Amino acid sequence: MSGFLTITLIALVFIIIYQIAKASEYAAILRGKEKVERQTNRTIAWLMVAVFVFGVWGIWECHEYMMPKMLPVSASDHGVKYDDMLKVTLILTGIVFFITQTLLFWFTFRYQASEKRTSYYFPHNNKLELLWTTVPAITMAVLVAIGLRAWSSMTAPAPENSQVVEIVGKQFNWIIRYPGKDKVLGKRDFRNINDANNVLGLDWNDKANHDDIIAENGEMHLIVNKPVKLIIGSRDVIHDVGLAHFRMKMDAVPGIVTTMWFTPTITTAEMKKITGNPNFVYEISCDQMCGKGHYSMRGTVIVETEIQHKAWLMMQKSYYASMNAPVDAATQGTDTTSKATTSKAITMN
Amino acid sequence: MANQVILESANVGHGTIDHHGHDGHDHHEQHFISKYIFSQDHKIIAKQFLITGIIWAIIGALFSVFFRLQLGFPDHTFPIMETFLGDWAKGGKLSPEFYYALVTMHGTILIFFVLTAGLTGTFANFLIPLQLGARDMASPFMNMLSYWFFFLASIIMFSSLFIQTGPASGGWTAYPPLSAIREASLGSGLGMDLWLIAMALFVVSSLLGGLNYISTILNMRTKGMSMTRMPLTIWALFFTAVIGVLSFPVLLSGFVLLIFDRNFGTSFYLSEIFIGGKALPHIGGSAILYQHLFWFLGHPEVYIIMLPGMGIASEMLSNHSRKPIFGYTAMIISLIGITFLSFLVWAHHMFVTGMSPFLGSIFVLMTLLIAVPSSVKTFNWLTTIWRGNLRFTVPMVFALGFVSMFISGGLTGIFLGNSALDIHLHDTYFVIAHFHMVMGVSSFLGMFAGIYHWFPKMFGRFMNNTLGYIHFFLTFVGAYVIFWPMHYEGIAGMPRRYYDYSAWESFKQFDGLNAFISIAVIVVFFAQLLFVFNFFISIFRGRKVNELNPWGSTTLEWTTPIVPGHGNWEGEIPEVHRWPYDYKDDGNGKDFIPQTVPARPGEEVH
Repeated sequence: MSGFLTITLIALVFIIIYQIAKASEYAAILRGKEKVERQTNRTIAWLMVAVFVFGVWGIWECHEYMMPKMLPVSASDHGVKYDDMLKVTLILTGIVFFITQTLLFWFTFRYQASEKRTSYYFPHNNKLELLWTTVPAITMAVLVAIGLRAWSSMTAPAPENSQVVEIVGKQFNWIIRYPGKDKVLGKRDFRNINDANNVLGLDWNDKANHDDIIAENGEMHLIVNKPVKLIIGSRDVIHDVGLAHFRMKMDAVPGIVTTMWFTPTITTAEMKKITGNPNFVYEISCDQMCGKGHYSMRGTVIVETEIQHKAWLMMQKSYYASMNAPVDAATQGTDTTSKATTSKAITMN
Repeated sequence: MANQVILESANVGHGTIDHHGHDGHDHHEQHFISKYIFSQDHKIIAKQFLITGIIWAIIGALFSVFFRLQLGFPDHTFPIMETFLGDWAKGGKLSPEFYYALVTMHGTILIFFVLTAGLTGTFANFLIPLQLGARDMASPFMNMLSYWFFFLASIIMFSSLFIQTGPASGGWTAYPPLSAIREASLGSGLGMDLWLIAMALFVVSSLLGGLNYISTILNMRTKGMSMTRMPLTIWALFFTAVIGVLSFPVLLSGFVLLIFDRNFGTSFYLSEIFIGGKALPHIGGSAILYQHLFWFLGHPEVYIIMLPGMGIASEMLSNHSRKPIFGYTAMIISLIGITFLSFLVWAHHMFVTGMSPFLGSIFVLMTLLIAVPSSVKTFNWLTTIWRGNLRFTVPMVFALGFVSMFISGGLTGIFLGNSALDIHLHDTYFVIAHFHMVMGVSSFLGMFAGIYHWFPKMFGRFMNNTLGYIHFFLTFVGAYVIFWPMHYEGIAGMPRRYYDYSAWESFKQFDGLNAFISIAVIVVFFAQLLFVFNFFISIFRGRKVNELNPWGSTTLEWTTPIVPGHGNWEGEIPEVHRWPYDYKDDGNGKDFIPQTVPARPGEEVH
């Protein structure tokens, strides 16, 4: 009922507006079409000026409002380059934006119809056209050059000494895997996946898997100032590892392994101070629509010092140990691979 | 072809005599169906496309209001949503599944059903024969089929809104595996099948239309109408059709493979997937293949949407400035450049899929290259109004708005086309702001300019000016208010297609802004309803047109009777003697010379 009333009300308002508009049309005929047209023209010209002034003011206000809410300083060295490049592009396009919009609104006001003037017959001018073909072309060439330099440094192979971490997306969370002591991520196969005891489908015949650590809570621990290479995968649909604070992003595609590397430069603790936000945390967002829980597919990154990282690592149990030998694992460290548990794993497979 | 036209025109003559002669009831009814429903008259088909497009636009826009309510006010409930959406918004709160369905359908509807079919279908059908001096399309029958395939696609897409599992909800791009596997999402069930069938029919409709537009433009120009004397609207529509004909089949092939993967157990796009508690047998496919096939249409599609708006804006700016378009040839060359380059930039949508960095560099180069023809067009528009005599009619203000919006949206494309910047901005609100401004709002502004301008030719009446101005200012200012702040959200990394941001430490600070944007969306939505109201009431009640050429235009459509019948011209079709932009003193106190006026002795014609 209330819906019906609302619709009737809206229709009524429209009819009233229309009747007023219609009346102005009749009044125009009575007062002389040309005179009214001239007046309307002048009014619209001024309104366009008003829109322009309002627009410039709006841009300023918006900027003032938004700046405190933006991302803090980049937490990776790639990100620093990114921020510089963004600044250059912003300045260049900003200049073009203000010049062209100002010209558009200035011409609109300046050349409004007038009986005193006739329009200038100006069908073409090769010099001008050449000018605004070459200048944008050169500008674009500069931007392409800056862009490709940054792009090639981002996509270059990761340094040898990089920390390697695997991140796998599934509906709707992230699973993180660390290679353990041997620094090798063991083989995995999607056919081995079992949500109860093998979330990534690790192949237990591959010894390299036995010390791998898996974090199902989507918390990724990285070492500050040490390059990290992410091995990215997906269990089901396409996801995307979005690291806004590091200015990085890469798709996680089922059946394809993608990678991305960067060097985190600011620890989580330092960032808490920089932002003045005690709850600050680096977040991993899913940036490729992956289903109904897409918006809740959240992971976190903890950037810590090497010492802190080592201490954290010491506390972790290998996935193999925690899944296959709960009794053993309770008493032992990260790299326990007793023979008993190995045989268990084989029977499981 | 020529024979057919003559036959057609003979029929028309007969038809009108018939109509005046008898007025038997049976006769009349049959007449109505063949005249207004299964019509082969290009003008009626244009109106059919336009009105279907308007209905779709209302639905698509309403959806955006619904999901903006969720985004702006995630803690509130809106009982009115339950009235409209039923179980999908139980207690007035949108469910996440249906939020994604709404987002998907909003994109699909506006991109394909409104800004492709509604825009090109309307203006290509209406303007091509009228501005070229043809009696109808090359194949009026194919033209009719094109509409009815579109209608069928519409019905199927519309019906998918009412099924139990809801419509497709994998985004308008429908990336597999999400769209291919039923377990992945509710909307990937029957809803996705209906989506694919509707889209396949849609492709058929655009191909039938496109082939027709191309052959009409190439073959059926009247005497004297050389290619270089065609108005820029026709040039733009010509390249729109060329792009469509070359790229839509690729999309269809992508869809066919997806249908196979969904229903017949193939693995074109699927590999190594564990979902719903079990490992699927698919191995060896590539989900990225679909993205290549999709964006091979998907990117040219952007220009399919843009070009008609560009053509209309060129025409409006010239006509209502009483000044020739600046750089007519440059405009055509830049259209050719855009058309050509539009096929070489598709992978800039895929910089973060892990593609080869070298390939990425090539696409960066091509993408930024396309900024050159675009800026040539912009500067030519600016020079067109420079030292003109600007009449701020409703179509003119919309065309000016188009230029402003195109500049704003186009410049942000330079950010996204540069892969190193895209890697952070990809799939954030920056992208939403960019494409809504450059292809959503600008092409809508172009479309509105065209509707206000040619409404008198379509219905023999004017639309109400006052409502038109209100519509313009609310839409133009509203669009900036909605999309400008989104650039900031995007630079702050806020991902798109999120149902709720309140759990995110990095993005939750924008709650106030999101609410503000949502309120602006509602205002702009009602401004569009005002337009719809103006449109329909003006068909019956608008001020009557009482002169042949109310805008003082040079082009041929204004040499027809005020309401042209089937066949467009009574008697001979006009002959063309000059280019369409002779806005100069004709020696008799008028400031324009129609294309049909022969050159004066000693006059140099274009």
